[in-house]
Amino acid sequence: MSQSIPSQRNSVRYRTRLLQPEAERYSDTHPLTWRLRDDRGVVWLEEYLRKEGYQSVRNALDGDPQAIIAVMKDANVRGRGGAGFSAGLKWSLTLQGGDMPRGYMICNADEMEPGTFKDRLLMEQQPHLLIEGMILGAYANNSRFGYIFLRGEYVESARVLNQALTEAREAGWLGDDINGSGFDFDIAVHTGAGRYICGEETALINSLEGKRANPRAKPPFPGQSGAWGKPSVVNNVETLCNVPAVVLKGAEWYQALSGDRTDDGGTKLYGISGPVEKPGLWELPMGTTGAEILDRAGGMRDGRQLKAWLPGGASTGFLLPEHLDLPLDFDTVGQEGSRLGTGLMTVVPQQQGMVALMRNLEEFFARESCGWCTPCRDGLPWTVKLLRGLELGRGEAGDIELLDKLAADCGPGLTFCAHAPGAAMPLQTALKHFRHEFEQGVCETPATAVKAVKG
Amino acid sequence: MATIHVDGQSYEVNGAHNLLQACLSLGLDIPYFCWHPAMGSVGACRQCAVRQYKDKDDDQGMLVMSCMTPASDQTRIDIEDEEAKAFRASVVEWLMINHPHDCPVCEEGGHCHLQDMTVMTAHDRRRYRFGKRTRRNQNLGPFIAHEMNRCITCYRCVRFYNDYAGGTDLGAFGTKDNVYFGRYQEGTLESPFSGNLTEVCPTGVFTDQSHSERYTRKWDMQFAPGICHQCSMGCNISPGERYGEIRRIENRYHGDVNGYFLCDRGRFGYGYVNRADRPCLPERRDGPGTEPVNLGVDDALVQVSDALRHSRRIIGIGSPRASLESNHQLQALVGEGNFSTGIEDREQACLELMIHLQRHAGLPTPTPRQIEDHDAVLVLGEDPVQSAGRLGLNLRQAALSRAQALGDTIGIPEWNAEALKTLAQDRYYPLFIAWPAPTDLDDVAEARYAMDPDGIARLGFAVAHAIDPAAPAVEHLTTVESEAAHRIASALMGAEQPLVVSGGSLASEAVLQAAGNVARALSRRAKKGGLVLIRREANSTGLSLLGGHPLDWAMDELVHGHADALVILENDLYQRLPVERVGSALARAETLIVLDHQRTATAAQANVLLPAASFAESDGTLVNLEGRAQRFFQVYDPGYMRPETRIHESWRWLHALAANLRGEQVSEINLDAAVRACADAHPELAGMVGAAPDSHYRIDGLRLAREPHRYSGRTSMRANQNVSEPRVPQDPDSAFAHSMEGYSGYHEARQQVPFAWAPGWNSPQAWNKFTDEVGGHLRGGDPGACLIHPVPGQGSYSSPVQNLGSQNLESQNPESTDALRALILPRLFGGEETSSRAAPIQQRTEPPGVILSPADAGRLGFRSGDIVQMGESSQDEAIALPVLAQESWPQGWAGLPAGLLAGLLPGQLLTLQPQIGGAP
Repeated sequence: MSQSIPSQRNSVRYRTRLLQPEAERYSDTHPLTWRLRDDRGVVWLEEYLRKEGYQSVRNALDGDPQAIIAVMKDANVRGRGGAGFSAGLKWSLTLQGGDMPRGYMICNADEMEPGTFKDRLLMEQQPHLLIEGMILGAYANNSRFGYIFLRGEYVESARVLNQALTEAREAGWLGDDINGSGFDFDIAVHTGAGRYICGEETALINSLEGKRANPRAKPPFPGQSGAWGKPSVVNNVETLCNVPAVVLKGAEWYQALSGDRTDDGGTKLYGISGPVEKPGLWELPMGTTGAEILDRAGGMRDGRQLKAWLPGGASTGFLLPEHLDLPLDFDTVGQEGSRLGTGLMTVVPQQQGMVALMRNLEEFFARESCGWCTPCRDGLPWTVKLLRGLELGRGEAGDIELLDKLAADCGPGLTFCAHAPGAAMPLQTALKHFRHEFEQGVCETPATAVKAVKG
Repeated sequence: MATIHVDGQSYEVNGAHNLLQACLSLGLDIPYFCWHPAMGSVGACRQCAVRQYKDKDDDQGMLVMSCMTPASDQTRIDIEDEEAKAFRASVVEWLMINHPHDCPVCEEGGHCHLQDMTVMTAHDRRRYRFGKRTRRNQNLGPFIAHEMNRCITCYRCVRFYNDYAGGTDLGAFGTKDNVYFGRYQEGTLESPFSGNLTEVCPTGVFTDQSHSERYTRKWDMQFAPGICHQCSMGCNISPGERYGEIRRIENRYHGDVNGYFLCDRGRFGYGYVNRADRPCLPERRDGPGTEPVNLGVDDALVQVSDALRHSRRIIGIGSPRASLESNHQLQALVGEGNFSTGIEDREQACLELMIHLQRHAGLPTPTPRQIEDHDAVLVLGEDPVQSAGRLGLNLRQAALSRAQALGDTIGIPEWNAEALKTLAQDRYYPLFIAWPAPTDLDDVAEARYAMDPDGIARLGFAVAHAIDPAAPAVEHLTTVESEAAHRIASALMGAEQPLVVSGGSLASEAVLQAAGNVARALSRRAKKGGLVLIRREANSTGLSLLGGHPLDWAMDELVHGHADALVILENDLYQRLPVERVGSALARAETLIVLDHQRTATAAQANVLLPAASFAESDGTLVNLEGRAQRFFQVYDPGYMRPETRIHESWRWLHALAANLRGEQVSEINLDAAVRACADAHPELAGMVGAAPDSHYRIDGLRLAREPHRYSGRTSMRANQNVSEPRVPQDPDSAFAHSMEGYSGYHEARQQVPFAWAPGWNSPQAWNKFTDEVGGHLRGGDPGACLIHPVPGQGSYSSPVQNLGSQNLESQNPESTDALRALILPRLFGGEETSSRAAPIQQRTEPPGVILSPADAGRLGFRSGDIVQMGESSQDEAIALPVLAQESWPQGWAGLPAGLLAGLLPGQLLTLQPQIGGAP
């Protein structure tokens, strides 16, 4: 089996970097990345099998599917896509048995959160771990078929995954009667057409079905009525990649991985982007602090000063340098008015203006709104226009209060899905921590302000 | 039931509802856009936010969307919460960001839900100071005008058009704040229910283009409760008039019949009322080809009665498109033995059989609303969307309602529309259709069997036998037929409430007997279920209850010289029997009197033509396909704006004529008396008296207002004729006043509502103020009185042997083996006589063609697209049509659209010839 991907003519080879050498990664402490190669080549089936690959599937498929759910619940593997919902709990709510048809195991690989690049590492260099996780998930949830809903731009991931799926199918790890267990399951890769909202699990399902990528009302949850009306489970790539080790080594082992840093167990693919010396990824115990990650990245580039940072993508709230020592877990970050999100930090240097930064972010969120509910569809573009005005120094008195109100009106529960609240959180925290920067954009003589801002 | 607490008050509500439904049903106002009582909740607009508390100790609560929150027991909410109010104001402010604020020139203005909601939320200051997004509009055909700038993106249009009505050519395009609702390219909207977009859309994106020509604000129109005259469904309508013209037709809510929706024929087919060529004065014509002479009313009555007095025998020909009262007055004039229903022999036999089956086949006839509760449907020999418009929408809902049953199994409430749609996907309740051509319900049907009338009857008889072995079997069934019969039978038997639908479209008693046998078999197997039988015209059912000779009899009496005078009521005989047959009979009439509101071929031959009132200018009673007698009321007095006209209700003309004929002083008759006279003379119609309150009905001592209280210009609208304003017309016939004075409120429960309005509710959403619960029934009871009641028992089975083969009426005429039998396909647009005279319907009518089986086409040497001519080239009315060879079309039959060849009878033999001179 080839050890590297055949290069494609005219395509730029661009790889996510894990900044931990092989020698620092062990199967007992780095369940996600210990198999990865220093040469960043793909761990294909043969090598994967050598490194405990498909051991969990081998063990689990003879046993009780409910045991997998139980161990996932005990391990408290929380959703790594950003919401932090317990995967085991989600699986326990999937409708099974009786007249219920076998549904779908869907991997959310539509990694489009700005500043996030962790799932592609797992897919590009270690596809079989995800496949194994999906088989286990499918067995636990009685799913008949799996889909990997992949971000369209991840062409490298698509090639690797498809090749790995072929390998697995040929080796009997996918298809009918997997490994003689009597369990049938197969997986297809579905590449998305490039909408951020497809990362929302129900919008993803709609898109998968060929419909407009509008989120669906919950309840019913996908586990009750998901893709094509059948019980469906949607999990993030990293979440699913945790499953084989949890099933193999148990909940206690998994919980202990984070030591006493946090109540959340396991490890996390943390990362950092922005003007730091070495942006990249590390697999670290859950609850690692922002300071440690920034330190591993060699600190701010060229002696810049840290002004603020987003803990896990554009839809999380801004934190300040004083928050660097907090453990980055789901609950602690939540208490500080932000969210852990994807766990990939974005740093903002002192010289970066917050108004321009917010305008840039809100343009993204306004553009990516699916157009279903009013606050998101019509409220976010208004914030963009107000921010453009402030950025140009042509804001008016009352604009900042209006931004406060718009952000508040896009809060959780008021919109159809979490997209607008995700857009509101950085805006609210920026307005809270850096209000003076916004105030500087208000023009003294507002009469000139009206027409100058392009609608 | 559930108890909920709203703003500190406790209420009993339906626990199966969501909070928005529950509160609106209580009469509490919560603004909303995307929710619709017939279409459920989707949570898109976020307008209906209220604060909900966990329990009585919770003083924080949180904002929730009332449409997406169940009204479960002990729910606590505040509508008047300050934060909720502020959020609702924010939502309207967002919706108005790109709205053009063009109310003064917008046709929605004055009955606009967006206006109402903007006022309700008290949004009155614009803070958005940036540019607005603008859009291009599309030409969507003759019915609907499109103005996308006004769109507030509530998604109601696509939800109605696609999810509810099964349309495929209207969609949502784009994302973010640039969602566009339209067609993928300009073109006529294909759905026959597109007109409902004008009422479903909460603002002025989709408006009524037929109204646009001669536009009037809602508050400036005069209304009366109307009944649609364009098919046998009996939809309740609210026609609006200004300056002596009908300006538009909107839906009038009826909880049992049409609910919130109409078909496009009913909504846009009113133009015949406004035609300039309508007869407005009595006319006398002294001979063929001579110019008619206008007469005064008295002159006309004297001359007509003189002529009739000198005749040996008068025959009266009634009409299934005229009211019971008019038909009865004609019958009274000529005597029962001299009265014909004006319906062709075979159609009348089918109509009588349908009444018999409704009484004696063991299954009751459900209301159209109840149709939606049936969980398996067999349609035998009908294309319901084409033959009964609105009924097709009910049948579609029956198939779609499987979603609800699936939702029940996992606890998704009935109102959670998107979730149910997602859950059900393409799983429907079984619907089987036996019909030779594709139908508009095929997309939700489990199977369609393309068969000829005899084949359909055979299938029906076989289904009945498969359900109940005691039902007579059909001999020589093919394997395909037998499998189909068993498949249908097991689906019907597997259902809680199976429904059998048939009707007169194929003019086949065998098909109806077969449908009757299926109903009997189901009933004998102790099934609850229903039987729906579709008639052709607005009062076909009424005429078959009233009774009379078929039209063929009248023609024969004339031809044989047994009568020499004819009074024809609102009926164009040339539409019903072949030209030569009608022509030779009419030629034998010494005196030919026609009452009509249209200039028909029959009217053109009248010695005296009396100008009859159309539905808009008259009152009367119709009986719909259920057997429900429903009264329609005069919208306007034609003489008010045009004093020179002498248009009167046919029953009034005929009553006066009868008095004149007897040499008596003409006594006034009013509607009450006309209704009573008809009811007294016909025990089967006795119930029609209860169809609506009589002219003495008052609320708080008031008549009911035909005009909204803001009606303007009353004192000046006739000033061009005379500066002295005449007294408003006095209405001796009904409880309605031709005035804004009178009762127009909603507090007092009433059945007869000319127009829906309540303070703050100007749009059609105001109907929710008149119902017992939103989407329920009118608080005063849904109007109408049922005249056909099932008799206990199932009657006896009909035998296939007696019925099958009876179709070969013209098999005695087999000299030409090239002859095909005519199969007349009902069509919504162009298939009905009066609506076909409305310009928008004419524009919407598809170009006709003749459908052949590929085998027949090949045998006769035609290919699809070839132009052929009907009949003999010597015939003066040779019509050239393109051939359409359709797979699965039954061999030996030529499919022709209804309303194309006047007088063509079903089953008639046709010869097709290549067009002389080739294609035009």
